[in-house]
Amino acid sequence: MIEIAVSVNGVECYHDVEPRVLLVHYLREVLGLTGTNVGCDTSSCGACTVLLDGESVKSCTVLAVQADGSDVTTIEGLAQGNDWHPVQTAFREHHGLQCGYCTPGMVMAAVSLLREHPHPTEAEVREGLEGNLCRCTGYHNIVQAVLAAAGAP
Amino acid sequence: MIPAAFEYVRAASAEEAVALLTEHGDEAKLLAGGHSLLPLMKLRLAAPAVLIDVGRLRNLAYIRDDGDEVAIGALSRHRDLESSALLASSVPVLAAAAGVVGDPQVRHRGTLGGSLAHGDPASDLPAVVLALGATLVAQGPAGTRSIAADAFFEGFLETALAPDEMLVEVRVPKAPAGSYQKFNRRAQDWAIVGACVATGPAGTGVALVNMGSRPVRAAAVEAALASGASAREAAELAAEGTEAPVDANAGAEYRGHLARVLVRRALEASGL
Repeated sequence: MIEIAVSVNGVECYHDVEPRVLLVHYLREVLGLTGTNVGCDTSSCGACTVLLDGESVKSCTVLAVQADGSDVTTIEGLAQGNDWHPVQTAFREHHGLQCGYCTPGMVMAAVSLLREHPHPTEAEVREGLEGNLCRCTGYHNIVQAVLAAAGAP
Repeated sequence: MIPAAFEYVRAASAEEAVALLTEHGDEAKLLAGGHSLLPLMKLRLAAPAVLIDVGRLRNLAYIRDDGDEVAIGALSRHRDLESSALLASSVPVLAAAAGVVGDPQVRHRGTLGGSLAHGDPASDLPAVVLALGATLVAQGPAGTRSIAADAFFEGFLETALAPDEMLVEVRVPKAPAGSYQKFNRRAQDWAIVGACVATGPAGTGVALVNMGSRPVRAAAVEAALASGASAREAAELAAEGTEAPVDANAGAEYRGHLARVLVRRALEASGL
């Protein structure tokens, strides 16, 4: 077992974990943060996307021990009290979801995308969400939501 | 999917990583960003007994101007390469190719050194360092040695690195013109075929992704260009001497067609 210290959504967490525990399983099963979903489990679909030190990563392809000493933000950590993150609000207003399974990963990928490209074009949003698959194929409204969150007219 | 159990050690320096490799031999694998290794371990296609984590060696994450070359630390991530102003001006094809590896999440974790040391013929960046004529610097128990990119990729997932060596730096000649073209069926997929053209003081290099069991040069295209052929004429030779793999995506004939089209596009985009 390896001792790790990870700041998850601003809360310092200290645990002994087996080295092979994936970050997504640490979040879901040790911390009980089940907003992060496991989809394909092969680093393709992006349902497990979280922010690691502010950047989007697929938590099914990161070991928990690799996150030792880092800041992790999950979908549960985006809202400030009762105030949703602008990306969350935009997904609601533009109906950026259908079944909802990909949504937490989509939102986290969009937050990371907008940090790197605050004013993306529609094409840049589509490219920037390349790592997230929506099996409902609801991409149109997802892209509209991200553009709205970026303040696009 | 969960990897088989392994022992995890964190190296505080390249020297310590090499010492750990020397101690554990074939049983150990280096872990950088993990985006080639961890998927294989989750599928149990790889089950190293020891993982040596070098992902925190930030002193090996640099991109610096070194005269006629750019020196890139092996731990530089794809994201670092695609957003580097130095690469954008000095080796734009490498920045552009790094920007189409996988997807943003993959580029936030995956490293140049990891991608090259993995030696996958379907990866984007091995072909880019071949076309550029880069030099790879390996560190072992006796110090460092330089390996030409042409001598580095020996076979499928096999490189010239010894079991006790770690790739620490990639030295890339400045190349003002170049283009990387990849064709894939779905977003974020591996390239069915890719083609890289890089033009610098030493001439024009052309290399291919997924056209053999290892990353390969399009030697016939390079020879034709050197003897004055047009881009269109030279590109017709792109599949010569290759042994393209056959899989669910494509047969060898279709891959040959893609190679010819992608090489032509890459040459034209490079101003040739």
